[in-house]
Amino acid sequence: MISKIIGSVAEAIADVRDGSTVMIGGFGSAGQPVELIDALLEQGAKDLTVVNNNAGNGTTGLAALLQARRVRKIICSFPRQVDSQVFDGLYRAGELELELVPQGTLAERIRAGGAGIAGFFTPTGYGTMLADGKETRRIDGRDYVLESALSADFALIKAHRGDRLGNLVYRKTARNFGPLMVGAASVAIAQVASIVEVGELDPESVVTPGIYVQRVVEVSSHTPPSTQGQ
Amino acid sequence: MRGPLSRADMARRAAQDIPEGAYVNLGIGLPTMISDYLPPDREIILHTENGMLGMGPVAVGDQIDPDLINAGKIPVTELPGAAYFHHADSFAMMRGGHLDICVLGAFQVSITGDLANWHTGGEGAIPAVGGAMDLAIGAKEVFVIMELFTRDGSCKLVPECTFPLTGIGCVGTVYTDYAVFTIASDGVTVVEAFGGLGVQDLEKSTGLSLRG
Repeated sequence: MISKIIGSVAEAIADVRDGSTVMIGGFGSAGQPVELIDALLEQGAKDLTVVNNNAGNGTTGLAALLQARRVRKIICSFPRQVDSQVFDGLYRAGELELELVPQGTLAERIRAGGAGIAGFFTPTGYGTMLADGKETRRIDGRDYVLESALSADFALIKAHRGDRLGNLVYRKTARNFGPLMVGAASVAIAQVASIVEVGELDPESVVTPGIYVQRVVEVSSHTPPSTQGQ
Repeated sequence: MRGPLSRADMARRAAQDIPEGAYVNLGIGLPTMISDYLPPDREIILHTENGMLGMGPVAVGDQIDPDLINAGKIPVTELPGAAYFHHADSFAMMRGGHLDICVLGAFQVSITGDLANWHTGGEGAIPAVGGAMDLAIGAKEVFVIMELFTRDGSCKLVPECTFPLTGIGCVGTVYTDYAVFTIASDGVTVVEAFGGLGVQDLEKSTGLSLRG
């Protein structure tokens, strides 16, 4: 019998290695898999390349991972925010490499990574400094930039409910990058607020089919993040 | 150097040009204020890049839900008929030309419709692009809403942008505190001027050649 259910966030991320590329879901704090990130912090893997829309908020979650100097490079669209002081400091000190990607291009590069598409021509960014050095092509009178797919060793995402087969549903705008990242990673790990029996999720409403997901771990929203991953 | 219209008046003026049935994305900051002035007799559907159509007003009190935020990461509400989707779908809507209008802020707009709104390029400035470049080239119509002059009096409608570009030739209409401008292949036209100003007054203050 298939079961992708893992008992703890610590077990779920135990095999992340130094130098791994890790996609982390979330748009700001919506959909950010805080407990999985905390477990990764505890676990100690370093020299990570992280793919996320942002570059951490405040001093928790992704920001804590940056603060602990575990991340070598971040690929994101919007690092600068009112509370991105951890990123700002490391970036200005030259201690963190940044690959800045327009948000829609970031999403599509991740989607492509999971869909067997090596690259694509997009009109976004044409003629701007974010297209510097990239191949361009005029197609039917419009100019496009060639962008490459992104894939990863691991994806850490947050969903609302999941079952042992890895089928997932999300909640409101916390969905964001989750369904894309699970496809683009060799090992996709979803933390969910509740695990339900197979058959409970309406097949018409499943957002991420289980084929994309390798591990599901239940994280009670009532448990403070600091007690997870022990 | 502030013009005759307040920021609220600018938002109100731009809101008048959003038609019944439009799918619209409002950028962060001043563009977001437009949602407060959308004519109540029109059904207008707001898109937020982080995965929602049918966005409602800002959430207050018990309505606040950390899983329901807008592009500025402010808690919002959902309206009947709302839909959620992932980021690739959200930007496909944009890039694929399905959104009717997006309204953006700007550092500069050029007389050929180039937009600079994401990065000052200054020493030590941390670049952050977000969805700006996708919005600039994606929607059927791109409106900009901005003050016409910076605090030090430089005109933000310029012959050529000096800040790093967001998109080329993408802006069609510019709502400012002095006037509303449209940009087309034959130049910049003053659609409406405020505070009793004429086209010649605006030509003098902007240093641009304008059509009436």
